[in-house]
Amino acid sequence: MKRIIRFKLNGEEVEEYVQDSITMCDFLRKQMHLSGTKRGCEEGECGACTILLDGGAIDSCLMLAAEADGHEIVTIEGVMKDGVLHPLQREFMDKWALQCGFCTPGMIMSALSLLNENPHPTELEIRDGIAGNLCRCTGYAKIVEAIGAAAEVMEREARA
Amino acid sequence: MSLPDFDFVAAKSLKEASDLARERGNRCVFMAGGTDIIPLLKDNLLKGIDTVIGLECIPELDKLEFADGEGLRIGALTKLHSIQNSPLVKEKMPAVAQAAHYVASSQIRRKGTMAGNISNASPSADTASILLAMNASVKTYASGGGRTIPIGNFFTGVKKTCLEKDKGEIVTEIDIPELKPGEGSAYYKHAVRKAMDLAIIGVAAWVKMAGRKVGDCRIAMGGVGVTPLRAFNAEKLLKGAEITDELLEEAGVAASGECHPISDVRASAEYRADMVRVYTKRAIKTALETMKA
Ligand SMILES: Cc1cc2nc3c(=O)[nH]c(=O)nc-3n(C[C@@H](O)[C@@H](O)[C@H](O)COP(=O)(O)OP(=O)(O)OC[C@H]3O[C@@H](n4cnc5c(N)ncnc54)[C@H](O)[C@@H]3O)c2cc1C
Ligand code: FES
Ligand code: FES
Repeated sequence: MKRIIRFKLNGEEVEEYVQDSITMCDFLRKQMHLSGTKRGCEEGECGACTILLDGGAIDSCLMLAAEADGHEIVTIEGVMKDGVLHPLQREFMDKWALQCGFCTPGMIMSALSLLNENPHPTELEIRDGIAGNLCRCTGYAKIVEAIGAAAEVMEREARA
Repeated sequence: MSLPDFDFVAAKSLKEASDLARERGNRCVFMAGGTDIIPLLKDNLLKGIDTVIGLECIPELDKLEFADGEGLRIGALTKLHSIQNSPLVKEKMPAVAQAAHYVASSQIRRKGTMAGNISNASPSADTASILLAMNASVKTYASGGGRTIPIGNFFTGVKKTCLEKDKGEIVTEIDIPELKPGEGSAYYKHAVRKAMDLAIIGVAAWVKMAGRKVGDCRIAMGGVGVTPLRAFNAEKLLKGAEITDELLEEAGVAASGECHPISDVRASAEYRADMVRVYTKRAIKTALETMKA
């Protein structure tokens, strides 16, 4: 079956005709042409497909597009605001927290969700927040560092 | 890996979901968070399914309440992430919050539910052992009337529960009795990695002290049988006895003797049985250390 769903995607109300049996990950990539959300293992192991559902990180390969009806979705394409990179994006670049970059959108979405809930995470909490995201290149140290640094920048920017 | 074709019905009420399940029988499955169901559908492990009945839009199933003198009520749609982070759960039943935290990753815990974790009935499900040790009960809705199922009767085999499909039976709530003064509980998961790894084994313990002696206790083991198992022999040894290191070792040996592990890619049967011995001791110790004053 197909159905019409209405939901918020990266801040904009959208109305789309979707197949019942398509995952959110495939829907975003194939129908919405938002290819920042990566297709890795497709079964919840790698986190490359991580997006925000109502502000919290989930694996889009384990969600049906139809489930988005009435909800809010944010993908990596919705993280930059008014042409300005998010502190997480800047810190990932400045701290060399990416090499091939395949895990990066998912990492940033998990980190965003973590910082939404816990603006001052400890290193352990950062590692727990990205435990569902695999990176085959960096060894994680730079990623953890970048997320910690972004938390500080976000706090400074909020106070300013 | 795309999904096979099916109709998705986001049920608006328990009655709608249950009636549809009775009508479609073996051609349908319920879906809460979908973290078990979606991979199964992708791998074509669910044969002949043409309808997925979504439970997420049913009102009143997302709750987390504590009633003094009774205990914790966890709605069937309450996310593992909410259970893990709830100050109420952390205060009243830290072992339950810990068990929820042990499941997979934060992405999966934000979607997955405890009701789904037990209804999927994997022998190594992380929330099953602690529910068994704490004597939880499972409330259901079904055509012709729901029931309250003691958790000890819930699991009937690998991926099998006593839920009656022909009655469209749906889990609505999991109730966990309050920890009273002199009672404590704990759950340990033993896995190769700290996250994103299924348990090699898991052991949960609930202990009630009567003075210096064990008044009552329950020990539950995951990943070592077709269902999560109680270690009845170990419990018998402990009841009425004073806790000593020798007694803990004897209880661990007894528990390891009454589990039925298999050898697979994760570990050998011998290793599993020995880890049951080790973690039985640890779980009892932690239950005692975290006991309510
Ligand atoms: C990569 C990965 C890693 C994982 N790691 C772990 C782990 O470390 N430990 C662990 O314990 N689990 C693990 N899991 C499994 C865990 O995510 C699930 O068991 C989850 O808790 C199921 O909840 P859900 O809401 O997603 O269930 P769903 O997938 O929606 O459903 C699961 C089953 O329960 C049934 N069901 C759901 N809700 C109800 C209801 N209210 N009434 C009747 N039947 C119902 C469904 O029909 C289905 O058979 C992992 C899963 C993945 C994909
Ligand atoms: S593609 Fe979704 S978790 Fe790997
Ligand atoms: S940068 Fe290559 S996988 Fe992480």
